[in-house]
Amino acid sequence: MTGRWLHIALGGLVSLALVLAAAALSAWPSWQSLPAGHGVIRLSFTHSGARTCRDRSQAELDALPRNMRQAQICERRRPPVHVEMDVDGRAVLARSLPPTGLSGTGPSRVYQNFELPAGTYDIALRLRDDPALVGYGDAAEFRIDLAPGQSVAIDYDPGSGGFFIH
Amino acid sequence: MGAARAALRRGFDRAERGLDIAFGPDWNPLAQLGPLGWFLFWIVALTGVYLFIFFDTGVEAAYGSVEWLSTDHWWHAGVARSLHRYASDLMVLVMFTHLVREWAMDRYRGARWFSWFTGVPVIWFVYLSGITGYWLVWDKLAQYVAVTTTELLDTLGLFGEPIARNFASPQMLSDRFFTLMVFLHIAIPLLLLLAMWIHIQRISEPRTRPPRGLAVITLGALVAGSLILPAPLLGQADLAQVPQSIALDWFLLGLYPVIESVPAGVIWAGCVVFTVLLAGLPWLPHRADPPAAEVFLDHCNGCARCVADCPYAAITLEPRSDGAPFRFEVAVDPARCVACGICMGSCPSSTPFRRSGDLITGIDLPQRPLAQLRAEVIDAAEALAGPGRVLTLACGHGAGGAEARGRIVLPCVAMLPPSLIDFILSRGLAEGVCVAGCAERDCQNRVGAAWTKARFGRSRDPYLRARVPRERVLTVWAGPTEPGRLEAEVSAFSARLADMAPYGPVRQIGAEEKQEARAKAIGRSAAE
Repeated sequence: MTGRWLHIALGGLVSLALVLAAAALSAWPSWQSLPAGHGVIRLSFTHSGARTCRDRSQAELDALPRNMRQAQICERRRPPVHVEMDVDGRAVLARSLPPTGLSGTGPSRVYQNFELPAGTYDIALRLRDDPALVGYGDAAEFRIDLAPGQSVAIDYDPGSGGFFIH
Repeated sequence: MGAARAALRRGFDRAERGLDIAFGPDWNPLAQLGPLGWFLFWIVALTGVYLFIFFDTGVEAAYGSVEWLSTDHWWHAGVARSLHRYASDLMVLVMFTHLVREWAMDRYRGARWFSWFTGVPVIWFVYLSGITGYWLVWDKLAQYVAVTTTELLDTLGLFGEPIARNFASPQMLSDRFFTLMVFLHIAIPLLLLLAMWIHIQRISEPRTRPPRGLAVITLGALVAGSLILPAPLLGQADLAQVPQSIALDWFLLGLYPVIESVPAGVIWAGCVVFTVLLAGLPWLPHRADPPAAEVFLDHCNGCARCVADCPYAAITLEPRSDGAPFRFEVAVDPARCVACGICMGSCPSSTPFRRSGDLITGIDLPQRPLAQLRAEVIDAAEALAGPGRVLTLACGHGAGGAEARGRIVLPCVAMLPPSLIDFILSRGLAEGVCVAGCAERDCQNRVGAAWTKARFGRSRDPYLRARVPRERVLTVWAGPTEPGRLEAEVSAFSARLADMAPYGPVRQIGAEEKQEARAKAIGRSAAE
């Protein structure tokens, strides 16, 4: 075999070896994303802090045109939402979540993963969305049986009763 | 940096010599990385269109359709999927090899900055295309990619609601998300195509197709590889579970373990630093090219040969401005000119035989004008002695890049006007001429080797005159690691010349003419 046929044969073998090497590297070696025997608890929600409002005085109302006389005046900026999470009584999260948006008018948000060994956990959650409040506006406790490789998502929605598990 | 570049270049040259044996110089894949990148892109694009026929968007439907085409219809759609994936992987490999090789060959600085700079977005578009593609399959790998990507994107704070929330639980993911991903997986490759098109704008006759033989070999190997090792499909994504051990595509997703291991700020900063440094490499440090080619309208008839031969689209044809009875003149864009001299070699006015007046050609190199080249030839010939005298005209990027007795080193052998060969032989400066270009597979100046061959083969103007005895002209194409082969070939050539009868029509150059040539060269240099 000579000339071009030799190039086709030899070049073909080299190219095939390259493709097979690429195919192997395309799926091997595997990457262990999560340690064996672990699961994940995700705390994720978006929630706006309570608006900071006050009643207008009669003098203020009188100074306004009749069509603009709203009884309350509220700040555009939302206050931060404070959230805490304990796992088996151990604090794993205590954070003040600032509002989003350039003017701070958007909701506060959190997305946090907790990689834990499989097992049963007591989860306690507390949330305060109004800085004027003493204590917490919402709190919940869950017992979660976390299996290896399991993903448990905890969400928050005041309309659905506060914290809940998907 | 220079030593690292030289070592890398020698490494490439050695590897390419090996591949020359397997593929032949004209099909050598390392010398066809750009065209191969284009070819692989089209394979990915066409197989992508084919796969789209069978693909369904939707949380359940996406995986179902991919599973169907991978198992029930493995013989056409499954092979197309494997081709789609492996061609993408090879594209990454080809892209980075191309990048490193161009750096090693020092073809990224000076006037060539544009191709390098515009190649940087290509890298990102290739990755983004690949990442969005993996997402669509909606197997466990897709789930891992989706969650890791969105978690990283969320750290930028651009989205009102964390987009990773879409993957927090099975209830939160909607079919609409797949519609968006399909749109992205079509739009991003189109942007990639645009970036690739821009990437080749500052070169003339860009090579976007590999030689047919290499294309057939590459496609054949990809099809065979797809049949032997079909692209794997992991289990269906389940957002109630976390993918633990992932069969990762290390070409396109190799950074994902890093994303998981270091803070997001480091990742983003790394991306910015990598991009800025890579894009800024042509100026770190900047290489000042020699002065650009200069046009002498008194000797230019606007024949446009230099326009056709310039590898960098640096010369354009313009309406005549000096009142001479020609329609056109040529103009050089200094920002694009690398001073390779190919234009000088193509100019019909570049004739070293001329004695009346100054030796000025239509387009000349200020730093190495034709008059100086002629004087150099005369000086180099005086260093030759004995029978079988060979004057070597060598490319500075090939085996003859080092100065040696009887050798003139040039930026490109296509800088030689063919009449200079005639001049050397007919004026008795040597019994033979060796033209030592860079490696045949890939000319440093893209087309220098091809134009030289065509001119010598009398298929491209300006021709090497028919009267020049071909047995007295040796062409050697050899890379920087082959000086031994060049010397051996020149020695054998010299021995053959010594056995030949003296070349008949020689009119020995006289001492007076030599002096005159040297004086004119000095005069040109002084004028420059």
